[in-house]
Amino acid sequence: MSGWTALYIFMLAAFTGYVVIGAVPVILHTPLMSGANFVHGIVLVGAMVTLGFAHTTLEVTIGVIAVVLATLNVHGGFVVTVRMLAMFKSSRERGAGKGDATAGAAGGGDAGQPDAPSTPPAASGDRP
Amino acid sequence: MTPVDDVIKASYFATAVLFIAGLRSMSSPATARRGIIWAGVGMTVAALATFFTPGMHHIPLMIGAIAVGMGLAQWSGRRVPMTAMPQMIALFNGMGGGAAAAIAAVELIKGGSAAAHHPVDVAILAVVGALIGAVSFGGSLIAFAKLQGLIKRVLSFPGQNLVDLVVLAVAVAGGVLVVLGETGAATHYGTPLVLGFIGVALLFGVLMTLPIGGADMPVVISLYNALTGLAVAFEGYVLGNPAMIIAGMVVGAAGTMLTQLMARAMNRSLANVLFSGFGATPAASGAASGSARPIEAGDAAIMLAYADKVIVAPGYGMAVAQAQHKVWELAQLLIDRGVQVKFAIHPVAGRMPGHMNVLLAEAGVPYDYIYDLDDINPEFATADAALVIGANDTVNLSARTDPGSPIYGMPILDVGKADNVVVIKRGAGVGFAGVENPLFFEDNVRMLYGDGQEAVAELIRGVKNA
Repeated sequence: MSGWTALYIFMLAAFTGYVVIGAVPVILHTPLMSGANFVHGIVLVGAMVTLGFAHTTLEVTIGVIAVVLATLNVHGGFVVTVRMLAMFKSSRERGAGKGDATAGAAGGGDAGQPDAPSTPPAASGDRP
Repeated sequence: MTPVDDVIKASYFATAVLFIAGLRSMSSPATARRGIIWAGVGMTVAALATFFTPGMHHIPLMIGAIAVGMGLAQWSGRRVPMTAMPQMIALFNGMGGGAAAAIAAVELIKGGSAAAHHPVDVAILAVVGALIGAVSFGGSLIAFAKLQGLIKRVLSFPGQNLVDLVVLAVAVAGGVLVVLGETGAATHYGTPLVLGFIGVALLFGVLMTLPIGGADMPVVISLYNALTGLAVAFEGYVLGNPAMIIAGMVVGAAGTMLTQLMARAMNRSLANVLFSGFGATPAASGAASGSARPIEAGDAAIMLAYADKVIVAPGYGMAVAQAQHKVWELAQLLIDRGVQVKFAIHPVAGRMPGHMNVLLAEAGVPYDYIYDLDDINPEFATADAALVIGANDTVNLSARTDPGSPIYGMPILDVGKADNVVVIKRGAGVGFAGVENPLFFEDNVRMLYGDGQEAVAELIRGVKNA
């Protein structure tokens, strides 16, 4: 890849990141950071190639370290991001049909107030 | 180019598309989970395709290393509690930075032999990527240790910034020597120089993070996330892998933006966070004085039960007390009585941006009940009661009134505008930033002292009997 082509890729990717991430609401910033963390785990691919073409014992050792670290980055980032996102539910999803029954009581005249579920939320099943 | 090459390149291309589309889906809580799963598919495709790269050795070793990494990540990622999520993200992020530095190390060691010298652009990016990757690795480990409570004391000494600067200068000088050696412009000192250079860079990451206080860690974690992204992008250029460049740059830009956002939410500049050591020293601001008026849980419960509109402002203290489930139970009781309930989240509530949202989501609070600072602040004036639980700095009036306060200028939640304010607090201590809060002495504010979980449980009993 020529340096100039790469420079264009760098520039366009930076803008893409800025625009795409700018659209993410504050409420999702922690999963976003974790998700972005997962995405740079693509370093695993580089680590694999590095190990695959390592020759001396030292190179192989560092290569193995790179692959282990990168896998931790990828898989850890994925597991925690999915765990967090699985918990984000709207009141409609939480209510599971019960929400409508209490809507009258909860409405209170403010259109901004969502329907209220009257039952305790279903266990997320993901609590440590 | 062989057909295998084409297939591998096409896989990387698909991966880049899936990453960007996946991150794009994170713009709504409804589609975010699907987005990250698509990104996961992309990652799997890229990793599988890489196995078919012609001429690779050590495949069994590689599979073993991946299995070890996956096992460790699965084990730690599944059991980490939501309150500890920021340090876990920091740790996983640091691993990526370390991997980027390790890749650079092997490439630069190979470049040590005259036959394998790199072109100057490759050598420079390999060195820069190694530098920031190693800084991110060392720094993230310290950030993890601090947030996890493994390092309790703030380690600072006079002239620390100078020492840091010297260490950085040594690292940079080492990097320059490596580049010169690589390009044949000077003697290549080989493996010891490369490893020494990366070691000093790692040391710099450790040193620069040690004096930064816990309150500033979110900014630091975010910064290291961006740095790892950049390191990955640079090593992507070294290895001629556009997928690494794209993914790394996207994350670099995202991390930079989140870092700025965090710093702005605290009304600090990034330089101030990194070099002032403010978060470390609990500044004694004696400006606020007066007497806080306590309230019985029963009275507070009646106040909430007969309100039309209640806004809850939770802070990290709520999560420490594990009170978020009780808070949601209380909110549901109030909602059933016809009270309008909203949750107000400050951008720096919790230990990283959006952390409080995760903690509330875990407790079962639907995300459409949750409002951020700009949306909720005008509403406090129309609220009958505000319930502050485990929050201090994010509702600290001295951020508005006391120019001498370390948090002066930070936007705060306008809880004091509500007709009545109940503050649940463990004791008369100060917040994370170590600043006294004049809000507690206002006429419409009542203090409900006690453990967060027990205090809310008492409120629940009171509301049930009201």
